[in-house]
Amino acid sequence: MEKYGLYVPKLAPQKEYFAPGHRACVGCGEMLAVRQVCKALGKETIVINSTGCIEIVSSLFPDTSWEMPWMHTLFDNAAAVASGVESAIRVMQRKGKYRDGKVNVVAMGGDGATFDIGLQALSGAMERGHDFIYVCYDNEAYMNTGIQRSSATPYGAMTTTSPPGKKSIGQATWKKDMPAIAVAHNIPYVATASPAYPFDLMAKVKKGAELKGPAYIQIYSPCPTGWRSAGEISVKLARLVVETGAFPLYEVENGKYKLSMDFEKLRPIIDYMKPQGRFRHLTESDLVLIQKRLEDQLQELRDKSNAN
Amino acid sequence: MAKKVGTEASFAVADAVKLANVDVIAAYPITPQTHIVEKLSEYVADGELDAEYICVESEHSAMSACCGSSATGARTFTATAGQGLELMHEVLTIPASSRLPMVAAICNRALSGPLSVWGDHSDLMGVRDTGWIQIIAENGQDVHDLTIAAFKISEHKNVLFPVMIHMDGFHLTHVIEPIIIMDQEDVDKFLPPFEFDNKLDPHYPVSQGTYAPPHIYPEIKKAQDVALVNSKETIKNIFKEYGDLFGRYYNPVETYMADDAETILVTMGSFSETATLAVDKLRDEGNKVGLIRVRLWRPFPFEELRDAVKSVDSLIVLDRAISYGGPAGPLCSEIRSALYQEKKRPQIISFISGLGGRAIDPEHFESMILHGQEVAQSGSNNEYEILGVRE
Repeated sequence: MEKYGLYVPKLAPQKEYFAPGHRACVGCGEMLAVRQVCKALGKETIVINSTGCIEIVSSLFPDTSWEMPWMHTLFDNAAAVASGVESAIRVMQRKGKYRDGKVNVVAMGGDGATFDIGLQALSGAMERGHDFIYVCYDNEAYMNTGIQRSSATPYGAMTTTSPPGKKSIGQATWKKDMPAIAVAHNIPYVATASPAYPFDLMAKVKKGAELKGPAYIQIYSPCPTGWRSAGEISVKLARLVVETGAFPLYEVENGKYKLSMDFEKLRPIIDYMKPQGRFRHLTESDLVLIQKRLEDQLQELRDKSNAN
Repeated sequence: MAKKVGTEASFAVADAVKLANVDVIAAYPITPQTHIVEKLSEYVADGELDAEYICVESEHSAMSACCGSSATGARTFTATAGQGLELMHEVLTIPASSRLPMVAAICNRALSGPLSVWGDHSDLMGVRDTGWIQIIAENGQDVHDLTIAAFKISEHKNVLFPVMIHMDGFHLTHVIEPIIIMDQEDVDKFLPPFEFDNKLDPHYPVSQGTYAPPHIYPEIKKAQDVALVNSKETIKNIFKEYGDLFGRYYNPVETYMADDAETILVTMGSFSETATLAVDKLRDEGNKVGLIRVRLWRPFPFEELRDAVKSVDSLIVLDRAISYGGPAGPLCSEIRSALYQEKKRPQIISFISGLGGRAIDPEHFESMILHGQEVAQSGSNNEYEILGVRE
């Protein structure tokens, strides 16, 4: 694992489409994931971005970090805007009004834009079968507005609107199973990824782009600011979250589940939670409850994966 | 050859969109807009129009998809009404500020609650300040001609603003009347292909919709306002070009028997044609009455309006929307504001009527004008009066 630092830069495409100089926090896992996604997609790509950290740090007028055509309109509609772009290219290519050749249309947003406010637009775009990729960068809360809970926030986590207190454990609900919602749309490709596994991540994005029809990819995106964790351990957290079973990596191709990696023995959840201030208040029994839930969820995924 | 056919006003919109050879339509069904999009769906299904029809899951997504489509350089159309326009509201400011051309047919409908599918101008007024060009149609011929002209206006390099063509729900959308449907060759002569300079293209990457902190936001907004105000000249030129080519002229402010009138009724939309009957009758009785219809609502035609009313004694302004707790109906507010600085200005009476599809018949218009003349003579402290309502 330690050798990643040596061979990733050699094996990954050199070309950057997300230029440095943006205003993301030190140790931002989301921007690392954005870079990997862009490398995987390559030049023939149009990015539709919802409002959120990515948009804010990369597009302060008149600067831009985007070396790809990029469009931002609102918080809640990236998938719908992407529908319009994809349809426009399709009809104009048919009418000879747009350059021939495959163009990857990718909509991207955070977990708030995906799980919550943009869910309807995303559902519509997936149901209609547009040939596009939706990438959700999941940092498990509304980080851009100041760490408010979303339906992606894990049980027990402290956020500014799910503060632990005498009558509160913190986030009182379990993380919404957004990939399952995407799968329920019968789309060709759904996957989860983590920037600690860049080749897995890039292969999934590539596959999503190559398959015709909608693809939904949910990428775990460490947020040192929102999670009260040290910036230098973001990649480590992105690995621990997988090794503890808190964010299993898998793909669902045409409805068939496949775990991308599995572990004979999961690392205890404490290893993942301890370095993060957002879980600091949790008790031993809280952790037992969480560990059990995560193991059950992983077993469900294993069962689905083995059923194929 | 263009030919006159008996058809529904909604179909005349669909025909105009087909003649404009639109690339992308994104729409969500809502009464009374449905006949437009149903007809367009048929045209696409039958291969008569080569377009992508995106059956979106909401009007919010309809307008969002239109933004994406236009930004990619596709000729883009949508249609909606009432609550649909309200649901679009968040998105409407985007094409106006990002300068994304598109045309929307708005089948004006009252706003809930209580729920009403029938027409008035509440929805039109609700989106007044979103930065769109808003043009008001009165009859089936208007909607056909103005929809075609709207594409040219919207996509013109001096304009690049989205355009709404407003038509009254049911009172116009569902009316069947003789309409001259344009000939494809004529439309092709008038309407050039859409060429968008900043389209989304991997070979010429641009960033669209970047965010603006206080050091630049006001400059962007001023530039937008200046451009919208300046678009009026291009709109007038395109109206004139259309008239010169096809013989049907449109103006930001339309007048009827207004030249020597002492009292002028001001209206907007399809009810204006009914009002002419009342004007005719009162004229026959020696009452020097005229009519002004505001056709261009945004950018507001201040000069044209001032010019049209410069010798009149009193104006009676009919609004079909309420600005709750406000100064008058929205149209009347605009007119009072437009004339306030004038040295000689008429008395301006604000009436609100015809809400939620309530018809205004010729005799209602007649009594409205007479009542307005009475109020103008005797004076009144009322900011506005709501007429035709059971007390």
